Formats: sequence, structure tokens, C-alpha cells
Amino acid sequence: MEKKRSSKTQLIFHTMMIPAVVLIVLFSYLPMLGLVMAFQDYKPWLGFTQSEWVGLKHFKYIFERDDGIQVIMNTFIISGMKIIAQNSFPLFFALLLNEVRKMAFKRFVQTLVYLPHFLSWVIFSGILIDILSVNGLVNQFLVQVFHMKPIPFFSDGTTYRYMVVATDVWKEFGFATIVYLAALSGVNPDLYEAAEIDGAARLKQTWHITLPAIMPVVIVLLTLSLGNILNANFDQIFNTYSPLVYDKGDIIDTFVYRVALISGEFSFGTAIGMFKSVVGLVLIVTCYRLAYKLANYRIF
Amino acid sequence: MYYKSGTYRFFYALILAFLALLSIMCVLPMIHVLAVSLSGQAPASGNLVTFWPKEFTLDAYRETIGNDNFIHSFGNSVVRAIVGVSLCMLITIISAYPLSKEVRVFRRKNVYMWLLVITMLFSGGLVPSYIVMQKLHLLNTIWALVLPSAVSVWNILLMLNFFRAIPKDLEEAALIDGAGQIRTLVFVYVPVSLPAISTLSLFTLVFHWNSWFDGMIYMKDQKWPLATLLQMIIVQVDFSKLVTNMRDLADISDRTVKASQILIGAFPVLIVYPFLQRYFVKGVMIGAVKE
Repeated sequence: MEKKRSSKTQLIFHTMMIPAVVLIVLFSYLPMLGLVMAFQDYKPWLGFTQSEWVGLKHFKYIFERDDGIQVIMNTFIISGMKIIAQNSFPLFFALLLNEVRKMAFKRFVQTLVYLPHFLSWVIFSGILIDILSVNGLVNQFLVQVFHMKPIPFFSDGTTYRYMVVATDVWKEFGFATIVYLAALSGVNPDLYEAAEIDGAARLKQTWHITLPAIMPVVIVLLTLSLGNILNANFDQIFNTYSPLVYDKGDIIDTFVYRVALISGEFSFGTAIGMFKSVVGLVLIVTCYRLAYKLANYRIF
Repeated sequence: MYYKSGTYRFFYALILAFLALLSIMCVLPMIHVLAVSLSGQAPASGNLVTFWPKEFTLDAYRETIGNDNFIHSFGNSVVRAIVGVSLCMLITIISAYPLSKEVRVFRRKNVYMWLLVITMLFSGGLVPSYIVMQKLHLLNTIWALVLPSAVSVWNILLMLNFFRAIPKDLEEAALIDGAGQIRTLVFVYVPVSLPAISTLSLFTLVFHWNSWFDGMIYMKDQKWPLATLLQMIIVQVDFSKLVTNMRDLADISDRTVKASQILIGAFPVLIVYPFLQRYFVKGVMIGAVKE
């Protein structure tokens, strides 16, 4: 009886998993099989079976083309700068916000800084392009108040890189503070009281109590973001870049899009995409292991 | 106490000012766009508007709402959001339930778990996904927009963590009373999890409303969701303006209209934001930090 009931339960559970499994097989695992085209000269009219096999030709080609190496470099540089900025500024902001004792003010700040996270990059870059254009609000301000020359924020490669990092911080720093705030609220208040009695000033308390207490969280977030270093944010770059800044601002994902869907080099585009996925997978797995070792972090 | 000292008070005031400044900076650009959208064409194109409308008019909104393409895309997005959110939540709930059980209860659980997590770590990429979509004859149908995102592993993980936290007694009571697994899920787990379900629904809603790339590659212009249309008309066209000081007529009449389009595009997100904010701190935390 017990046995029978259990196997019926198993059957129900398996049935409940069917929709999800069917969908991921179709939309995640089938495309993975499609990666064989990275080893072929894929022609749509020939299909996977008839297209010529070329081995690693496309992968070698990534490193022979100047723009191939360039986009990999750009991805690392932009992503690296973002990781530094997005792991330090939100922490700083959370530390300051943690000092605020008026709950109403704290909630007001939180409401405003979390908001940009929920706007899409399409909307956000629509706004950015408007205020940062050559005769937009910001340049107008710079010209009239500081008598500067207008800065071509999005049309000069070097400026563009910094703008990508700055606007990313602008949009996401608020949301990124949530985790830090939660960690800060978990710090044992007794520690502060003891430090108080020993005569430690607030800055000293922050340095010797708060920071060490939330270090595990900082380490986890830092390692996890390192695992994602190849994702320099397609949505953002795609919606703000232009041919003027391809040399400094083009990243792997946007390159794949242009090569594959605009120029029609399907196999080459897939090869770069696959290169990114494989390296990314290794990085993520390594970083999760590291996060587990360093701070005992697991996602499930 | 430290916060009674004069130095600390000084720095406290400084901190408050800094925080206030930063938070206002987060919404200032939006206020500017709002002001532009409500201004007359002449002051807007002459860059005379800062944070308060000049020559107040609703013309831009009238033009946007009178634009058939825009309204059509808005409708597409609404349909997409409704279908997408319902489908995603349905799948999230029915797959999170068995996965929230222990291996003892659901023996093959870990196989499914890995099947799901692998899709988070590795993907076939752009071209193969497009080919699959094509071979399944889903291009230019709403299914191309809602089916691939219907299984959200992240949602499933959050949901199953929530299910796990529900006291076992509830489930046992239901099972002893003779309810099957499905009835237990529908009449015990779902009602108890409504806060989590509504949070995840709102997140999924924002996701669907904001998605533009899938619309761009899988759909033809008549079927574009609003985010895709906005991407085309606001972002792609506008780069000319970054480079030159072009001030032709088309450009001038465009600015207020574009501002109104941006705001209408963001409107649904701004509406759900207060509800979302109430829950998302918790939602983010379930997955992010575990004791």
C-alpha cells in the first residue's frame, strides 16, 4: 500500500515536471545542439546535414581578425571596470545609508535609487541620449556654467567606455545596495556597544566592526560578478553605441549580433558566441566553487 | 553615544545631504523628460526646458496616442505581458512544487534540478536559437516571445525556497485528509504563497514589458511589442543627433513626441513599482543570502 502510493506520487511529480522539461529541451537544449554549426560552414539552404565541416576554422579566425581580439579586450575592460565600480560604490552607499536613523528619509532615498533598475535599457538610453547629446541638458549646463566645450559623451571611444560604466552605476547602484543593507542589518549590535564603551569613534567602528562583519557578503558578490565578466551588458551597449565607438565600445555580444544577423556570417558568429559561453561556463563554475570555499555560499 | 559628538553631527548632516543629492539625481533625468514632453515644440527644440514645462501643452501625448503603430504595439505588449506572466507563473508553480520536496519524497529531483540549472549556465546562443524558432514555425507569433522565457529557473528557485519554508504540518494534514498532491498544491501551497507569487508575477511582468530584443529578431514590425518599437524609433534613429548639431525640422518636432513616448513606455513599470518595492527586498534576499 505504502509502496503503491509512493510510486503514484512519483508519477504525479514527474508529470508536473513535463511542461518545464519540454520547454527547456526545445528552447535551451535544441539550440545547444545547433552549436555544431560553429564547426561547419553553415548555409541556411543546406542545413546542418549538408553544410561542409570545417573543424576549428572559425575559432582560429576569431584570433586572426583584429576586431575579434578587440571585442574580447573591450569586453574584459568594460566589464572589469564595471565590476570594480559596482562592487565598491553600492557598498559605500549602503554604509552611508546605514547611518541614517530617520526611517522616513531612508525609505525616501531607497524608493528613488531603486527605481532606475526597473526601467529597461531602451527607455533609459532614450533618456540618456536626450540629456547627454551634444546640445542636451548636461552639455548645456557645462557650456553655460563652466564655459566648457560640449563633451561628446557617446561619440568618442574613450569617453564612451567611462560613460558605459558611469551610466551602469547610475542605473544599478541602488538595487545593488539591497544585499549590503541586509548584511549590515545583521551585524550584532552588542559589538558596537562594546566598542562604544572602549571609546571607539564611529569611523573606527565602521572600520573594525562593520566591514569585517560584512566581508563574507562582499567576497561572495565579488566572486560571483567575476564569473560574469564576459557579460558586459548587451542591452546597454546595443542601445547606446554607434559605429563611431566600435573600436572601444564593441563587446562580444554586440559583435555576435552584427556578425551573425547583419552580415550573415552564421557560423563565425556562432563560434564567437560559443567561445564566450564555454569560457563563461568555466569562469562561473570556478567562481561559484570559490564563493563556496571562501564564504560557504550555495544557490540551492 | 557617538552620535552626540559635534564631529559626528557635522558628518551626519553631510551624509544626509549627499544621499539626498544622489537620490534626486536618479530621477532628475526622468523629470527632465517629463518636462520636455509637456512643453511646446519651440522651447523644447531650442533646449530651453529644464525641469519645468514651458508653454505647457499635451500635444505630444495627443500625437503619440493618435499614432496607430504606437497604440498597436502597446496592445501587443499588453497581450504579451498577460500571456507571458500567466504561462511563466503556471510553470513556475507546478515545477517548483515537486522540486521543493526532499530527495526521499521525490527521488529523481536532482536530475531535474541539474537539467534546469544547466540552462542557466550555458546556452546555444543567438543563431541556433533563431533556427530552432524558425524550424518550429514560431517566428512572428506571440509564442516566440513567451515560450522561451516561460521556464524561468530563477523564479523556480525562489518559489521552491518559499515552498520549503512552509511548515510540513500543513501538507501532512492535507494528505491525511485524503487530498492528493495536486489538491495539496492548489488548496494549501498556493493560497499560503500568494505574497511570493504576486512578487514573482510583478517581476515577470516588468521583464516582459521591458523585453525588446526577442521582438526585434523574431517578429515583423506589425507584431512588435512596444519596447521593440521604442528601440527602433528612439534609440536607433537618434544617433544622428549625438554626432552633429543637426537641427532640421523633423528633429525639432520629434523631441517632445519622443519624450512622451519614453514616458508612456515606462508608465506601466512606474505604476507597478510601488507594489513591487514593497516585496522585492524580500524577493531578492531569498535567493541572494542564505544563513
